[in-house]
Amino acid sequence: MTFDQISKILKTKKVGIAGCGGLGSNCAVALVRAGVGTLVLADFDIVTRSNLNRQYYFMDQVGMKKTEALRENILRINPNVTIEAHDLRLTRENAAVIFKGCEVVVEAFDLADQKEMFIETILTEMPSVPLVIGLGMAGWGMNNTIHCRKADNLYICGDEISEIGPELPPIAPRVGMVANMQANVVLEILLNVESSEK
Amino acid sequence: MKIQLNNNAEELAGDSMTVTDLLKVKNFTFKMLVIKINGALIRKSEYGIAQIRDGDDVHVLHLISGG
Repeated sequence: MTFDQISKILKTKKVGIAGCGGLGSNCAVALVRAGVGTLVLADFDIVTRSNLNRQYYFMDQVGMKKTEALRENILRINPNVTIEAHDLRLTRENAAVIFKGCEVVVEAFDLADQKEMFIETILTEMPSVPLVIGLGMAGWGMNNTIHCRKADNLYICGDEISEIGPELPPIAPRVGMVANMQANVVLEILLNVESSEK
Repeated sequence: MKIQLNNNAEELAGDSMTVTDLLKVKNFTFKMLVIKINGALIRKSEYGIAQIRDGDDVHVLHLISGG
Protein backbone atom coordinates (compact mmCIF):
# COMPACT_ATOMS: atom_id res chain seq x y z
CA MET A 1 0.00 0.00 0.00
CA THR A 2 1.14 3.55 -0.68
CA PHE A 3 1.15 6.05 2.17
CA ASP A 4 -1.87 7.77 0.58
CA GLN A 5 -3.83 4.51 0.64
CA ILE A 6 -2.77 3.86 4.23
CA SER A 7 -3.75 7.36 5.33
CA LYS A 8 -7.12 7.03 3.61
CA ILE A 9 -7.88 3.90 5.64
CA LEU A 10 -6.51 5.23 8.92
CA LYS A 11 -8.46 8.49 8.56
CA THR A 12 -11.68 6.55 9.15
CA LYS A 13 -10.37 4.85 12.31
CA LYS A 14 -10.93 5.64 15.97
CA VAL A 15 -8.36 4.58 18.57
CA GLY A 16 -8.62 4.91 22.36
CA ILE A 17 -5.64 5.84 24.51
CA ALA A 18 -5.90 5.24 28.26
CA GLY A 19 -3.39 7.55 29.92
CA CYS A 20 -1.48 10.44 28.36
CA GLY A 21 1.90 9.99 30.03
CA GLY A 22 5.09 8.56 28.52
CA LEU A 23 3.37 5.77 26.62
CA GLY A 24 0.12 7.53 25.75
CA SER A 25 1.48 10.89 24.57
CA ASN A 26 4.16 9.32 22.35
CA CYS A 27 1.83 6.64 21.01
CA ALA A 28 -0.82 9.26 20.18
CA VAL A 29 1.68 11.39 18.27
CA ALA A 30 2.87 8.38 16.23
CA LEU A 31 -0.72 7.43 15.36
CA VAL A 32 -1.56 10.99 14.32
CA ARG A 33 1.52 11.22 12.11
CA ALA A 34 0.54 7.91 10.49
CA GLY A 35 -2.92 9.33 9.74
CA VAL A 36 -5.38 7.93 12.33
CA GLY A 37 -8.46 10.16 12.09
CA THR A 38 -9.93 10.07 15.60
CA LEU A 39 -8.30 9.61 19.00
CA VAL A 40 -10.09 9.25 22.31
CA LEU A 41 -7.73 10.44 25.07
CA ALA A 42 -8.25 9.99 28.81
CA ASP A 43 -6.09 11.22 31.68
CA PHE A 44 -6.73 13.07 34.96
CA ASP A 45 -3.22 14.44 35.42
CA ILE A 46 -1.41 17.71 34.71
CA VAL A 47 1.97 18.15 33.01
CA THR A 48 4.87 18.48 35.47
CA ARG A 49 8.49 19.27 34.84
CA SER A 50 9.55 15.72 35.73
CA ASN A 51 7.35 14.42 32.90
CA LEU A 52 9.52 16.14 30.29
CA ASN A 53 12.19 13.40 30.42
CA ARG A 54 9.91 11.16 28.35
CA GLN A 55 6.46 12.59 27.68
CA TYR A 56 5.47 14.51 24.55
CA TYR A 57 5.04 17.88 26.25
CA PHE A 58 6.98 21.14 26.40
CA MET A 59 8.29 23.36 29.18
CA ASP A 60 5.64 26.01 28.52
CA GLN A 61 2.91 23.38 29.03
CA VAL A 62 3.87 22.60 32.65
CA GLY A 63 0.70 22.99 34.75
CA MET A 64 -1.69 22.27 31.86
CA LYS A 65 -4.04 19.31 31.87
CA LYS A 66 -2.36 16.51 29.94
CA THR A 67 -5.42 15.93 27.77
CA GLU A 68 -5.46 19.60 26.76
CA ALA A 69 -1.69 19.83 26.23
CA LEU A 70 -1.72 16.68 24.09
CA ARG A 71 -4.69 17.93 22.07
CA GLU A 72 -2.75 21.14 21.42
CA ASN A 73 0.37 19.23 20.31
CA ILE A 74 -1.57 16.83 18.09
CA LEU A 75 -3.44 19.65 16.37
CA ARG A 76 -0.11 21.34 15.62
CA ILE A 77 0.88 18.16 13.75
CA ASN A 78 -2.46 17.75 11.99
CA PRO A 79 -5.34 20.18 12.58
CA ASN A 80 -7.79 17.80 10.88
CA VAL A 81 -7.58 15.08 13.53
CA THR A 82 -10.65 14.64 15.73
CA ILE A 83 -9.73 14.51 19.41
CA GLU A 84 -12.15 13.42 22.13
CA ALA A 85 -10.33 14.39 25.31
CA HIS A 86 -11.59 13.20 28.70
CA ASP A 87 -10.04 14.87 31.73
CA LEU A 88 -10.94 12.18 34.26
CA ARG A 89 -9.73 9.10 36.07
CA LEU A 90 -10.62 5.90 34.21
CA THR A 91 -12.43 3.36 36.37
CA ARG A 92 -14.11 -0.04 36.05
CA GLU A 93 -17.38 1.87 35.71
CA ASN A 94 -16.53 4.41 33.02
CA ALA A 95 -13.81 2.76 30.85
CA ALA A 96 -16.11 0.94 28.44
CA VAL A 97 -18.31 4.02 28.09
CA ILE A 98 -15.39 6.34 27.31
CA PHE A 99 -13.88 3.99 24.69
CA LYS A 100 -17.14 2.85 23.11
CA GLY A 101 -16.75 2.71 19.33
CA CYS A 102 -12.94 2.54 19.33
CA GLU A 103 -11.53 -0.11 16.99
CA VAL A 104 -8.44 -0.59 19.16
CA VAL A 105 -7.64 0.52 22.72
CA VAL A 106 -4.13 1.31 23.96
CA GLU A 107 -3.33 0.85 27.67
CA ALA A 108 -0.80 3.54 28.60
CA PHE A 109 -0.94 3.76 32.37
CA ASP A 110 1.97 4.11 34.73
CA LEU A 111 0.99 2.11 37.84
CA ALA A 112 0.63 -1.69 37.94
CA ASP A 113 -2.67 -1.68 39.86
CA GLN A 114 -4.20 0.70 37.31
CA LYS A 115 -2.97 -1.50 34.47
CA GLU A 116 -4.54 -4.54 36.14
CA MET A 117 -7.86 -2.75 36.66
CA PHE A 118 -7.98 -1.46 33.09
CA ILE A 119 -6.95 -4.71 31.38
CA GLU A 120 -9.51 -6.71 33.37
CA THR A 121 -12.21 -4.16 32.60
CA ILE A 122 -11.59 -3.97 28.85
CA LEU A 123 -11.19 -7.76 28.47
CA THR A 124 -14.50 -8.18 30.29
CA GLU A 125 -16.55 -5.30 28.91
CA MET A 126 -15.12 -5.01 25.39
CA PRO A 127 -13.89 -8.55 24.65
CA SER A 128 -13.93 -8.17 20.88
CA VAL A 129 -11.81 -5.00 20.84
CA PRO A 130 -8.03 -5.50 20.55
CA LEU A 131 -6.16 -4.13 23.57
CA VAL A 132 -2.50 -3.11 23.25
CA ILE A 133 -0.66 -2.82 26.56
CA GLY A 134 2.78 -1.52 27.57
CA LEU A 135 4.59 -3.67 30.10
CA GLY A 136 8.15 -3.10 31.30
CA MET A 137 10.28 -0.27 29.89
CA ALA A 138 12.16 1.29 32.81
CA GLY A 139 15.85 2.18 32.60
CA TRP A 140 18.09 2.40 29.56
CA GLY A 141 19.90 0.14 27.10
CA MET A 142 18.81 -3.48 26.72
CA ASN A 143 17.21 -2.86 23.31
CA ASN A 144 16.76 -6.53 22.57
CA THR A 145 14.74 -7.32 25.69
CA ILE A 146 11.81 -5.28 24.35
CA HIS A 147 9.38 -7.45 22.42
CA CYS A 148 5.77 -7.82 21.40
CA ARG A 149 3.59 -10.88 21.90
CA LYS A 150 -0.03 -11.69 21.40
CA ALA A 151 -2.45 -13.39 23.82
CA ASP A 152 -5.62 -13.66 21.70
CA ASN A 153 -6.98 -10.13 21.50
CA LEU A 154 -4.40 -8.78 23.92
CA TYR A 155 -1.08 -7.47 22.61
CA ILE A 156 1.79 -7.06 25.07
CA CYS A 157 4.64 -4.63 24.27
CA GLY A 158 7.68 -4.21 26.51
CA ASP A 159 10.30 -6.29 28.29
CA GLU A 160 7.81 -7.58 30.92
CA ILE A 161 10.60 -7.33 33.53
CA SER A 162 11.84 -3.79 34.18
CA GLU A 163 9.79 -2.14 36.90
CA ILE A 164 10.35 1.54 37.58
CA GLY A 165 12.04 2.48 40.86
CA PRO A 166 14.36 5.14 42.29
CA GLU A 167 17.35 3.44 40.65
CA LEU A 168 15.52 2.54 37.46
CA PRO A 169 13.52 5.53 36.24
CA PRO A 170 11.50 5.64 33.05
CA ILE A 171 13.45 7.60 30.39
CA ALA A 172 12.55 8.79 26.90
CA PRO A 173 14.31 6.19 24.72
CA ARG A 174 12.86 2.97 26.13
CA VAL A 175 9.46 4.51 26.94
CA GLY A 176 9.37 5.88 23.39
CA MET A 177 10.33 2.47 21.98
CA VAL A 178 7.42 0.78 23.71
CA ALA A 179 4.99 3.63 22.89
CA ASN A 180 5.94 3.45 19.22
CA MET A 181 5.78 -0.34 19.31
CA GLN A 182 2.23 -0.02 20.62
CA ALA A 183 1.39 2.41 17.80
CA ASN A 184 2.94 -0.02 15.32
CA VAL A 185 0.74 -2.85 16.59
CA VAL A 186 -2.30 -0.58 16.28
CA LEU A 187 -1.46 0.06 12.61
CA GLU A 188 -0.95 -3.64 12.02
CA ILE A 189 -4.39 -4.39 13.49
CA LEU A 190 -6.18 -1.58 11.64
CA LEU A 191 -4.55 -2.22 8.26
CA ASN A 192 -4.87 -6.03 8.46
CA VAL A 193 -8.55 -5.84 9.34
CA GLU A 194 -9.08 -3.54 6.40
CA SER A 195 -7.28 -5.76 3.89
CA SER A 196 -9.06 -8.93 5.09
CA GLU A 197 -12.44 -7.19 4.70
CA LYS A 198 -11.73 -6.43 1.04
CA MET B 1 0.49 -32.49 30.57
CA LYS B 2 1.73 -30.08 27.94
CA ILE B 3 0.44 -26.53 27.81
CA GLN B 4 1.38 -23.26 26.13
CA LEU B 5 2.47 -20.80 28.82
CA ASN B 6 3.08 -17.25 27.61
CA ASN B 7 3.60 -18.52 24.06
CA ASN B 8 6.15 -21.16 25.15
CA ALA B 9 5.67 -24.94 25.38
CA GLU B 10 5.65 -26.08 29.01
CA GLU B 11 5.49 -29.61 30.43
CA LEU B 12 3.86 -29.99 33.84
CA ALA B 13 3.22 -32.96 36.13
CA GLY B 14 -0.32 -34.39 36.29
CA ASP B 15 -3.36 -34.17 34.00
CA SER B 16 -4.69 -30.90 35.36
CA MET B 17 -4.03 -28.25 37.97
CA THR B 18 -5.64 -25.10 39.29
CA VAL B 19 -4.29 -21.63 38.55
CA THR B 20 -3.15 -21.44 42.19
CA ASP B 21 -1.14 -24.67 41.65
CA LEU B 22 0.43 -23.28 38.48
CA LEU B 23 1.48 -20.07 40.23
CA LYS B 24 3.06 -22.19 42.99
CA VAL B 25 4.85 -24.59 40.62
CA LYS B 26 6.22 -21.74 38.49
CA ASN B 27 7.03 -19.67 41.58
CA PHE B 28 5.00 -16.74 40.24
CA THR B 29 4.61 -14.69 43.42
CA PHE B 30 3.55 -11.38 41.88
CA LYS B 31 0.58 -9.52 43.30
CA MET B 32 -0.64 -7.84 40.13
CA LEU B 33 -1.60 -10.43 37.57
CA VAL B 34 -3.81 -10.91 34.56
CA ILE B 35 -4.42 -14.56 33.71
CA LYS B 36 -6.12 -15.97 30.64
CA ILE B 37 -6.88 -19.60 29.83
CA ASN B 38 -7.83 -20.29 26.21
CA GLY B 39 -8.76 -16.65 25.76
CA ALA B 40 -10.95 -16.38 28.86
CA LEU B 41 -10.00 -13.98 31.65
CA ILE B 42 -9.70 -15.73 35.02
CA ARG B 43 -10.67 -13.56 37.97
CA LYS B 44 -8.66 -13.65 41.20
CA SER B 45 -11.55 -15.27 43.06
CA GLU B 46 -11.40 -18.17 40.55
CA TYR B 47 -7.68 -18.98 40.85
CA GLY B 48 -8.39 -21.81 43.31
CA ILE B 49 -10.99 -23.50 41.11
CA ALA B 50 -10.08 -22.68 37.49
CA GLN B 51 -8.51 -25.82 35.97
CA ILE B 52 -5.66 -25.92 33.50
CA ARG B 53 -5.66 -29.05 31.31
CA ASP B 54 -3.47 -30.64 28.67
CA GLY B 55 -3.30 -28.53 25.52
CA ASP B 56 -4.48 -25.30 27.16
CA ASP B 57 -3.17 -21.93 26.07
CA VAL B 58 -2.33 -20.04 29.27
CA HIS B 59 -1.15 -16.46 29.66
CA VAL B 60 0.12 -15.08 32.95
CA LEU B 61 0.92 -11.37 32.81
CA HIS B 62 2.95 -9.87 35.60
CA LEU B 63 1.87 -6.26 35.79
CA ILE B 64 4.70 -3.91 36.57
CA SER B 65 4.71 -0.14 36.90
CA GLY B 66 6.11 2.18 34.25
CA GLY B 67 4.71 4.17 31.40
